[in-house]
Amino acid sequence: MTARIALFVTCVADQLFPDTGIATVRVLESAGARVEFPEAQTCCGQPAYTAGAPDAAARLARHHLDVFAPYDAIVTPSGSCAAMVRLHFAELVPDRRDEVAALAARTFELSEYLVDVLGVDDVGARVEVPVTIHDACHGLRGLRVADAPRTLLRRAGATIVEMTEADTCCGFGGVFSLGYPEVSTRLADAKLEHARATETRWLVSTDLACLMHLDARRKRTREPGPQPVHLADLLASGLPK
Amino acid sequence: MSGHRITTPGRDFQERSARAVADPQLQHALRNLDRRLRTAEEVAAAHPEWKERAAAIRRETLADLDGWLLRLERALADRGMHVHRAETADDARDIVLDIARAHGARTVVKGKSMATEEIDLGTALEAAGMRAIETDLGEYIVQLAGERPSHMITPAIHKTLPQIRDVLAHEAGHELPVDREALTAWARDRLRIEFLRADLGITGVNFAAADTGTLVLVTNEGNGRYCTTLPRVHIAVMPVEKVVPRLADVAVLLPLLTGHATGQRLSNYVTMLSGPRGAGEVDGPDELHVVFLDNRRRVLLGTKFEDMLACIRCGACLNVCPVYRHVSGHAYDAVYSGPMGKVLTPLLSGGAEGADLPFGSSLCRACNDACPVQIPLADMIVHLRAGTATARRARPAWQAWSRAWASPRSYRATTALARLGARFVPRRLLRGWTATRDLPMPARVPFRTRWDREHS
Repeated sequence: MTARIALFVTCVADQLFPDTGIATVRVLESAGARVEFPEAQTCCGQPAYTAGAPDAAARLARHHLDVFAPYDAIVTPSGSCAAMVRLHFAELVPDRRDEVAALAARTFELSEYLVDVLGVDDVGARVEVPVTIHDACHGLRGLRVADAPRTLLRRAGATIVEMTEADTCCGFGGVFSLGYPEVSTRLADAKLEHARATETRWLVSTDLACLMHLDARRKRTREPGPQPVHLADLLASGLPK
Repeated sequence: MSGHRITTPGRDFQERSARAVADPQLQHALRNLDRRLRTAEEVAAAHPEWKERAAAIRRETLADLDGWLLRLERALADRGMHVHRAETADDARDIVLDIARAHGARTVVKGKSMATEEIDLGTALEAAGMRAIETDLGEYIVQLAGERPSHMITPAIHKTLPQIRDVLAHEAGHELPVDREALTAWARDRLRIEFLRADLGITGVNFAAADTGTLVLVTNEGNGRYCTTLPRVHIAVMPVEKVVPRLADVAVLLPLLTGHATGQRLSNYVTMLSGPRGAGEVDGPDELHVVFLDNRRRVLLGTKFEDMLACIRCGACLNVCPVYRHVSGHAYDAVYSGPMGKVLTPLLSGGAEGADLPFGSSLCRACNDACPVQIPLADMIVHLRAGTATARRARPAWQAWSRAWASPRSYRATTALARLGARFVPRRLLRGWTATRDLPMPARVPFRTRWDREHS
């Protein structure tokens, strides 16, 4: 019996950045994984959880559990959404502890799944450009993913120029970006400034929310600097057609 | 007052933090707040089991806090110290004032202590007609400027050197150069006079060992020792969670405290007090009083916020917090700032103060990683949000949203509506985002539709 792999695309990718969803599938397939898309999936509930509405979040967590229960691996292009499942579902759905633990153990962020689970460092992409990396907070401190995206980029031929404070928050933080726009924007500017100093072509990350935030700020200021891009999009762009 | 006041006014954390990031002098001063955790990181990397051991000691203590306090109380009494229990900040102030009055104290020297900030003891002493002088250099500067500390470890970190010169020169009544050593030398000479004059010394406590009845004080300037040895009476104000079961535990906790606070493997001075001056001894006060301060701490035991009492006040979470590093301590308008302040302020005030603070976090989890005793600060921040009136008001909307999105069909329907409507949403509703950033638009065709087309 072959393992069933589900794409957990996230509501952000589904609605705002579908190209990243497509790119995620392409990268996974070129690593030899056959991916299914459970169509009943919606959102992991993180926005409600962080806004202080745990009951509403729990309802979506239960739905998420139901949708992804049949799969052996659940892969997502967002460290933050994977961290939501792994770190916070247990407190939201205390009556299904074993199911939550099982799902958490099978839920992976994309680069982590490729490198740490499949053991694939080289997805067959050629991306021979200078890049810098923003370590998205929840992937890094929630899942402990730091090396995997770097390994994939290096094996694809990219030259990684590390920025100052690659592991510092971009200032998004969900409702924080709306409620504290001045501080949030200041953090985005610091991040973009550090990225600019690397004089690279791409600012790579593994979370669409951070990238959305940085890109939205960059479009407003029109400052030069590397273009924010999701790891999956960059890798997919270097795959053979 | 000639010094610039960089306290940050505003009605809430949002307004104050917005002002703080727009304050060029403050932003300049904050450059001094570089990450001083390199040494701490080295120590932690070399001894990965340290944080685990420290966390275990703190949890062991909290599991039977009342028991350890009782043992400590007896051990302190055996060593000739007077123990007082203060339920509230008011009680603590009254106890201190009673002792001070009984001794006719007129000049009080204070060591740096967050607990005495918490109960606003300096103000109470001044109101009772005594002179209360802060003797930690940073605290002294902040006191002369009429401000509050902006950082637990480095109280005047929000000030530039020229601003500090202005404050000290005003007090001196003559010119002083913008020079670190010269300013420090002037302050040292001035504080020496106060130490010699003082009738009462007041300090905090970093750790108190229940087995030996030892009070441990961690300082870098030696002022703590003057406060505990020169005046006739010494009062130590000790929040109840400072107790540790054994003096040996201090060997684990102390280097973690200093490493995370200032990057030092050990502070310049570590003072271990075991009672007032004994018969035949030369140094020490005639009387040593220890005030156990509860102030809404013990009610946290057994709740999901119990772990907050494990905090050893090292300031590591402030130093790594991207929000703190850009807004500084005064924006929090509270005794405790940074991530630990966002948690502790609402808890210690029973929700009366700082209810909005937990919302001013990007939840980046840097504080969780930095904490030497493994307090899950970011998770507590989320839990605190859930208990606020703000969250309660928004709850029906989140409930409606989650009901809709728990069904794939209505998820499709609502997102289709959003796609149609996104371009017509009045921008002022989204001003929080659009004032500084372009608005991302929904894709014309969502991922699931494209998947359907390719796989049907």
